[in-house]
Amino acid sequence: MNTPTNCESCAMHNKANLVKLGINLDEVDYVIAMAGNPNTGKSTVFNNLTGLRQHTGNWPGKTVTRAEGGFVFNDKRYKMVDLPGTYSLLSTSTDEEVARNFILFGQPDVTVIVVDATRLERNLNLVLQILEITDRAVLCLNLMDEAKRNNLEIDVRVLSKELGIPVIPASARRRQGMTELLQAVEEVATGKYVCRPHKIKGRSAKLNNAISKLENSLAKQFPNLTNTKWVALRLLEGDDSIIEAVRTGDLGSISAGESGIQA
Amino acid sequence: MDKTTHHNREEILTAANTARWELGLDFHDTVIESIYSDASQIARKTVKLKGDKEAYATDITIDKIVTSRWLGFPLMFLLLALVFWLTIAGANYPSGLLSSVLIDYLHPLLKQAATFIHMPWWMSGILIDGAYMAAAWVIAVMLPPMAIFFPLFTLLEDLGYLPRVAFNMDNLFRKAGAHGKQALTMSMGFGCNAAGVVAARVIDSPRERLIAIITNNFSLCNGRWPTQILIATIFIGSMASPQLAGVVSAGAVVGIAVLGIFFSLVVSWGLSKTVLRGEASAFTLELPPYRPPRIWQTLYTSLIDRTIFVLWRAIIFAVPAGIVIWLVANVHIGDLSLAEYFINWSDPFALFFGLNGVILLAYIIAIPANEIVIPTILMLTVLSSKMAGVGGGSGVMFELDSTADIAGVLQTGGWTLLTGLNLMLFSLLHNPCSTTIYTIYKETKSLKWTMVSTFLPIVLGFVICFFTTQLWQFFGW
Repeated sequence: MNTPTNCESCAMHNKANLVKLGINLDEVDYVIAMAGNPNTGKSTVFNNLTGLRQHTGNWPGKTVTRAEGGFVFNDKRYKMVDLPGTYSLLSTSTDEEVARNFILFGQPDVTVIVVDATRLERNLNLVLQILEITDRAVLCLNLMDEAKRNNLEIDVRVLSKELGIPVIPASARRRQGMTELLQAVEEVATGKYVCRPHKIKGRSAKLNNAISKLENSLAKQFPNLTNTKWVALRLLEGDDSIIEAVRTGDLGSISAGESGIQA
Repeated sequence: MDKTTHHNREEILTAANTARWELGLDFHDTVIESIYSDASQIARKTVKLKGDKEAYATDITIDKIVTSRWLGFPLMFLLLALVFWLTIAGANYPSGLLSSVLIDYLHPLLKQAATFIHMPWWMSGILIDGAYMAAAWVIAVMLPPMAIFFPLFTLLEDLGYLPRVAFNMDNLFRKAGAHGKQALTMSMGFGCNAAGVVAARVIDSPRERLIAIITNNFSLCNGRWPTQILIATIFIGSMASPQLAGVVSAGAVVGIAVLGIFFSLVVSWGLSKTVLRGEASAFTLELPPYRPPRIWQTLYTSLIDRTIFVLWRAIIFAVPAGIVIWLVANVHIGDLSLAEYFINWSDPFALFFGLNGVILLAYIIAIPANEIVIPTILMLTVLSSKMAGVGGGSGVMFELDSTADIAGVLQTGGWTLLTGLNLMLFSLLHNPCSTTIYTIYKETKSLKWTMVSTFLPIVLGFVICFFTTQLWQFFGW
C-alpha cells in the first residue's frame, strides 16, 4: 500500500483534483457503486465526494433507495451510486435486492465497500459475499477515529493482502482518507491495480464440482456474464429471483449494460 | 440473447435442481458457515485490542440502562418530553417576534402599497390577505419550533438513540403481529409520514410492510406538532399555574404522541388478526455504537436540510390554501359567504362528535398540508362568530400576539376544553396529508390499500371523538 505523503493528505491537494458534480451525471467515464453494512457511513462518504447532502444519521436503514451523484477526479468523470446498507446479499427484502441487483446487473466499474472498523468481523461477511460477485472493489475502512477511541488496532496491509483489494483507512465524518480512497478507486478503475479477490475456502469437492458444471453451461448460454460462479451458487441454493432471471433470459441482457432486473 | 433458447435455459435450471438434491439439505448452512469462518479468520489476523480495557464498556453500560425492562420506557418518555418542553419554551419569543415583523408591520405596508398602485380590492385581497398572510403565518408559527425541534431530534439520532427506541418497542410490535422494524418507520413518521412510508421498505414481508404503511399516520408528524403544541398550551397548560404551564402542555403533547403509538399497535394487531393475517417474522436489529455527534455539522444539516425543506413545502401549500380561504370567506351567495354556508350546514353533525363546523372546514382546506390548520381555524372562527375588533376583516388570516388572545377568540367562538381535547385527538386521527397519500399509492401500487390508509384513521378519529364527547357529557364535566 502506498502511504500518503503530507502533500497528498493535505486539503489543498484534494481540492485541486476533486470537483464535486452533485447530480450532474453527463458522459461519465466510470460508474462506482457504494455498498456496505447499514450504518457504516456510506452516505457520509457519498456526500463528501459528490457534494450532495443525502441525509445521514446513526440509524441502520437510512438509505432505502439508491442515490446517485457525480464527481470529477484527475479529469475523469465518475458516477457514484449509494446503495442501501445490507447485512448480506442472500435475502430478499427490497433494500437488499436493490443493492445486489445493482452490483450484479449494473456492472459498476468499481465497488467501494464501506465497513465499520470497529465491527470488522461482522462487516467482513458482506465483504466476502460482494467479492464473490465482483472482482473490482476497494475497501473503505471507515470510522477509524471510533476504532482508535475504542483501542482497536487494525493491520491494514495484512487485511489488504487477505482480501486482495486495496484497503483505505478513513474517517468520513472528519473528511479523512477521502483523497486516498479516490486514488485507490482510480487505480482499480483504470486497471493499474489488479484485484485478486479472496475466494471462500472450505467448500466441499462435491459442491465445487457442481458449481463448475453449472458455470460451464451458464457461460455457454450467457457469454457476457462475468460472475458465473456466483450465479451458479445462487441457482444451487434455489434463489428465486436468479432462477427467474435465467428463465426469462434477463441474465443475458446485462451485456448491454442495463439492469435486467428492476429494483 | 439470440443464441439463448428457452429450452437451453430450462435445462440449466433442471441441472441445478438435480444437483441441489444431490448436495443434501445442510448445503445452504455450509455455504454460510464457510463465509463466516473465513471472515472470522481474517478478522483474527488483522484486529488487535490495545490495553486490557474491554472495548465498548461504556456503551454496554448505557445500553443496559436505556433498554432496561423498567427504565427503558420511562426514560424514553422523559427524553421525548424534554425535547418538547425545550421546543415549546424556546419557540415562544421568536414566534412573537416574527409575527410582529411579518404581520403587524409588513402586512399593513403591503396593503398601503396596493392602494397606492390602485390594485383592485379583490386582487389585493387574494394576494395579500390570502396568499401572503397564509405564508407569513406558517413562517411565524412553524419556523421557530422546527428550528429547535429538528436539531434536537437529529442530535438524538446521530448519538444512536433511535435504534434503542426500536429495540424497546420491538416486543410490543411483535405481539401485535407486526414487524419489529416498524418501530423504526414509526420514529421516522414523527418527522414526516411520507418519509416513514418510504422507510417501510426495510421490512421484508409484504404483509408487515403494508401494516407499517397503513399505521404510519398514527405517528404525529411535523405538520401536526405545532397544532398539538398550541392547543395544549391554550386549553391544557392554562389550567395549571404559569410556572408549570410549559411542563403540563409538554406532558399533554407527549400523551397524544403516546396515544398515537398505542393506536399504531392496536390497529396493527387488528389488521394482522383480520385482513392481513400472519405471523411476525424475526429479524436482527443492530444497536450501533454511540457516536459523539458533531454538533455544528448536525445543526447545519438539520437546519438546512430539514427545517428549510419542510418550511418551503409548507409555504408552497399555504399560498394556494390562503387564496382558497380568502375566496370562501368573501364569495357570497345571498347574505352568507361560502364558508358560513358550510359551517352552518356541518355544525350539527360536527357537534355530535364534539368538534365544530369550523374544524371540519379547516381540515378540508388543509388536506394538502396539515401545517395550516390552526391559522385556518382562527380565521374561520372569527368570521363565523362575527367578532368585532379582532383580525383584519373577512378572510384575513391574522396573528394574535399571545396565546391568551388566541384563547379569547376561541372561547368567544364557543370552544371549550372538550373542543380543544377533541381537536388534539382529531389532529392525531385523521386522513394523511396529500403528499403522504400519494406516497402510499406509489409504494403500494394499490388503490385499495391507499383508500384504507386514508379512511381508516378518519373513521377512527370520529369514533374516538364521539366516545370522548359522550363520556365527557355523561360525567357532566
